[in-house]
Amino acid sequence: MREKLILVGNGMAGVRTLEEVLKLVPSHYDITVYGEEPYGNYNRIMLSPLLAGDKTIEDIIINDDQWYAYNGIDFQKGKAIVEIDRINHKVISADGESESYDRLLLATGSNPFMIPVPGNDLPGVVGFRDIQNVRQMLKAAGPNKHAVVIGGGLLGLEAANGLMQQGMSVTVVHLLDTLMERQLDAIAAVMLKQSLEKRGLHFLMAAETEAIIGDQRVERVRFKDGTEIYADLVVMAVGISPNISLAQSAGIHCERGIVVSDTLQTYDPRIYAVGECVQHRGITYGLVAPLFEMSKVCANHLACVGISRYEGSVTSSKLKVTGIDLFSVGNFKGDENTEELVFCDEAEGVYRKLIVRDNRIQGAVMYGDTLDGSWYFDLLRDETDISDFRKTILFGQFHLGDSGHGDDNRVAAMPDDAEICGCNGVCKGEIVKAINDEKLFTLDEVRAHTKASSSCGSCTGLVESLLTLTVGGDFSVAPHLKPLCGCTDYTHDEVRGAIAKNELKGIRKIMDFLEWKTSDGCGKCRPALNYYLVCIWPGEYKDDYQSRFINERVHANIQKDGTYSVVPRIWGGETTPAQLKSLAQIAEKYSVPTVHITGGQRIDMLGIKKSVLPKIWGDLSKAGFVSGHAYGKAIRTVKTCVGSEWCRFGTQDSTQLGIDLEKMTWGAWTPHKFKLAVSGCPRNCAEATIKDFGVVAVDSGWELHVGGNGGVKVRVTDLLCHVKSSEDVLEYCAAFLQLYRERAHYLERTAPWVVRVGLSFVKEQMVDSEEGRKALAQRFYYSQKFAQVDPWAERAEGLDEHEFTPLKRVS
Amino acid sequence: MQAVSSLENQNTEWIDVGCLDDIPSLGARVINSAEGDIAIFRTADNEVFALRDRCPHQGGPLSQGIVLGKRVVCPLHDWKIHLDSGEAVAPDKGCAASFPVKLEGERIMLCLIPNEGCPNE
Ligand code: SRM
Ligand SMILES: Cc1cc2nc3c(=O)[nH]c(=O)nc-3n(C[C@H](O)[C@H](O)[C@H](O)COP(=O)(O)OP(=O)(O)OC[C@H]3O[C@@H](n4cnc5c(N)ncnc54)[C@H](O)[C@@H]3O)c2cc1C
Ligand code: SF4
Ligand code: FES
Repeated sequence: MREKLILVGNGMAGVRTLEEVLKLVPSHYDITVYGEEPYGNYNRIMLSPLLAGDKTIEDIIINDDQWYAYNGIDFQKGKAIVEIDRINHKVISADGESESYDRLLLATGSNPFMIPVPGNDLPGVVGFRDIQNVRQMLKAAGPNKHAVVIGGGLLGLEAANGLMQQGMSVTVVHLLDTLMERQLDAIAAVMLKQSLEKRGLHFLMAAETEAIIGDQRVERVRFKDGTEIYADLVVMAVGISPNISLAQSAGIHCERGIVVSDTLQTYDPRIYAVGECVQHRGITYGLVAPLFEMSKVCANHLACVGISRYEGSVTSSKLKVTGIDLFSVGNFKGDENTEELVFCDEAEGVYRKLIVRDNRIQGAVMYGDTLDGSWYFDLLRDETDISDFRKTILFGQFHLGDSGHGDDNRVAAMPDDAEICGCNGVCKGEIVKAINDEKLFTLDEVRAHTKASSSCGSCTGLVESLLTLTVGGDFSVAPHLKPLCGCTDYTHDEVRGAIAKNELKGIRKIMDFLEWKTSDGCGKCRPALNYYLVCIWPGEYKDDYQSRFINERVHANIQKDGTYSVVPRIWGGETTPAQLKSLAQIAEKYSVPTVHITGGQRIDMLGIKKSVLPKIWGDLSKAGFVSGHAYGKAIRTVKTCVGSEWCRFGTQDSTQLGIDLEKMTWGAWTPHKFKLAVSGCPRNCAEATIKDFGVVAVDSGWELHVGGNGGVKVRVTDLLCHVKSSEDVLEYCAAFLQLYRERAHYLERTAPWVVRVGLSFVKEQMVDSEEGRKALAQRFYYSQKFAQVDPWAERAEGLDEHEFTPLKRVS
Repeated sequence: MQAVSSLENQNTEWIDVGCLDDIPSLGARVINSAEGDIAIFRTADNEVFALRDRCPHQGGPLSQGIVLGKRVVCPLHDWKIHLDSGEAVAPDKGCAASFPVKLEGERIMLCLIPNEGCPNE
């Protein structure tokens, strides 16, 4: 016999929970859903565009009747539950019928708050909560008619904007003298008011409603100061209150909302509650993202697979009025302990304010251009120390370089064929279609379905904007600390800590010890664990090549046709006629289809069949070449310029130093690829200031620069320090590399790593402390003893032969 | 093509293609055949599976991917493919033909006629 699950409240949180339950245990429950409204579950957020005429009811339905039927759900449409009989485990509906449950889920949402003034129940006075309200508004709407919206918050302004789109003249009445005081500061509020006024809205600020007057229906609104204005329609949008009457009458403990635990259980363990009706750790929520988080956790427990807990959410908000970009998050007002960083360009209508305490973002308000909102939100959640980029933070994450789509950021205005994701060639139209057709709500879902933003990630902000435009927001709330991947709840740092502390020396051992959720891990954690083991146990851990991505497994780059490319090391980018001759001979001998001079000052031979790799490597090895690791999360190239040896401006021998650096570092595995360069003078022909470790010669010695890269998001290096001799450069380089190897998360390049931990931290560890630097360098030299074995030579001699030969040929 | 395979499936011809230990655990090897390469996978539990070595996305060599449980991750653009059916893991759509394969003791026995059900073949 299946257990019986009853859902009361057919809204966004309740049905989302059911979807999650069905995903986990499709046939565990017989499900009945009671919904007071006569519709399938719809996207309440989209009531504003529905009112404005930008969407139809069909557009905003998330689950139609077929969905309920397909999943075998008994859907009691338009039926309210009026009583819960907890002793006999029954719910009783308005028409007197009763139905028993094993588990009950309450998701009754909230009610719009109607201010208690005379006349608040007259026909023509409506809240703004459901489709019925919108219908009432549309019925009253028309040209030459006047609407009064009470409440200048998010909801009120969206209602006012919608009614104006319907041709009404609209006055917004607000109790305070600034709009949206719960999301905006005074400056942004003024900018918002001005632009709404330009569109034709009227405002009555600091006005307190005293009565609503009318005979058969609403006619006028009167204020405390005695003034009156004419009204065909009054919309109350002053707030919401959790809908707890049903729970309360059943004796379930409620305060402002239905009180639930971290597992979304009420005080009656058979009864769960999610959504706006609940109060969790003293907080009630009025936005969808945290509700969906609750749904996930609750479903987990309903499916009896649950160990997860809901621990509360930080939320951000956006106003959905087309053409007005506004974003706010956290403590955006500040207090005596906080500082403000402000950027304001009135002519362009752009305003940004960050509230900072101890160099950590506490809150943000943005007006006009909100594309960086999600970045600030991340920095806030991760409690990132921003001291090292405080000076530029207001310009946004992409103020330098954002290859693939320039800075074409006005998403709403883009045509459907505008390319959003340059890596995977995904256009706006495709993404919008997928969001609508597949009912996607989160960035991760869009990534899975369209591949947009799944490669280099630089278009993430654009995709988020498209989500906002299409479904009203990105509904994913990232947990406070990000787990390494879906196979575990532990973070990168926790996993690393556990490996060292418990002397775990194999991938299986880690997975067993930390109770991995999947049997073999995934494509994210396996390579990460392998790297951590290589880094922590040099000489002891046997590299698990089955956990490496193909390129690293066979020491060559796979190409689109399944052939490989071979890039031998050219130390410091300097070669000789003899080397070139032997490369030419080898390329001819194997009829290499393409020989290319790479962007990293070396020579790439492309189009080589896998079975030929060991042979070509054997020949390269004989001619004195070693692997260039162009395929690895490893030391790549050391670019140099000709330096003082030839150049009339050169101050030091940059070429020789580059060669020495490459000889010291080659072969090391790193969290992400690592590139170096040495320039002979500040003209910087080797582009050292966009490398992971860049060296620039000056008259008095060498400047060391770290944390730069070209690529997707160009980042210019930070100056680490100045040193005198080339021996110093080598030691500092070894120390920096080791610090990065030991501290960065797998697949985190030096640029984001330095931003995350802060340049000051790096300096503390290896510049200020000589002892620290020497110890780091020693650990690096030790690990190099095992790393500097040419993988090509080994394989030319037969290692891993199975990789390069077919198992069998059959005809 | 389908008609032929159902006809021949009745007297399936098994070919000995090698021994289990020729394939690394959580790895794959390739069989060259006249109709194209076939990838033989070995899971952590020593099960073997055989798929056409061509990803339904853009033809990437599946034999070069990382094996996880009963799935392989294509090395080119990260599609995940079920080893038993050859179907791409949702939301991606498509499939690589699968071939009957079994272990007789340590020997791997393969049949060169693909299983039915993959329209790509
Ligand atoms: C061969 C080469 C292009 C060329 O013909 O010039 C190249 C080829 C590839 N690059 Fe690159 N990059 C090459 C120089 C560069 C440079 C220039 C440089 O190093 O000065 C850059 C920008 C500088 C930088 O990295 O900071 C560069 C930035 C990238 C990026 C973006 C990195 C980023 O942090 O944003 C990727 C993608 C990645 O690594 O995730 C990438 C990835 C790739 C991959 C590995 C793509 C892939 O996964 O298959 C390409 C491999 C092709 C192959 O099989 O050889 N390549 N790539 C260059 C090899 C240099 C070498 O000798 O090893
Ligand atoms: C106009 C508008 C714009 C919004 N914009 C945003 C936004 O931009 N971003 C954002 O994150 N959030 C926004 N919200 C808030 C968001 O819509 C809500 O947070 C969300 O819908 C709450 O989900 P819920 O399931 O808790 O409640 P609801 O979606 O309200 O569902 C509750 C359902 O339960 C039914 N019900 C109640 N009692 C009973 C009963 N006894 N028997 C049977 N059925 C019952 C109700 O009729 C209702 O259908 C907006 C809301 C509105 C109204
Ligand atoms: S070589 Fe680099 S820039 Fe060129 S296509 Fe490949 S990844 Fe893109
Ligand atoms: S070819 Fe396999 S994922 Fe693209």
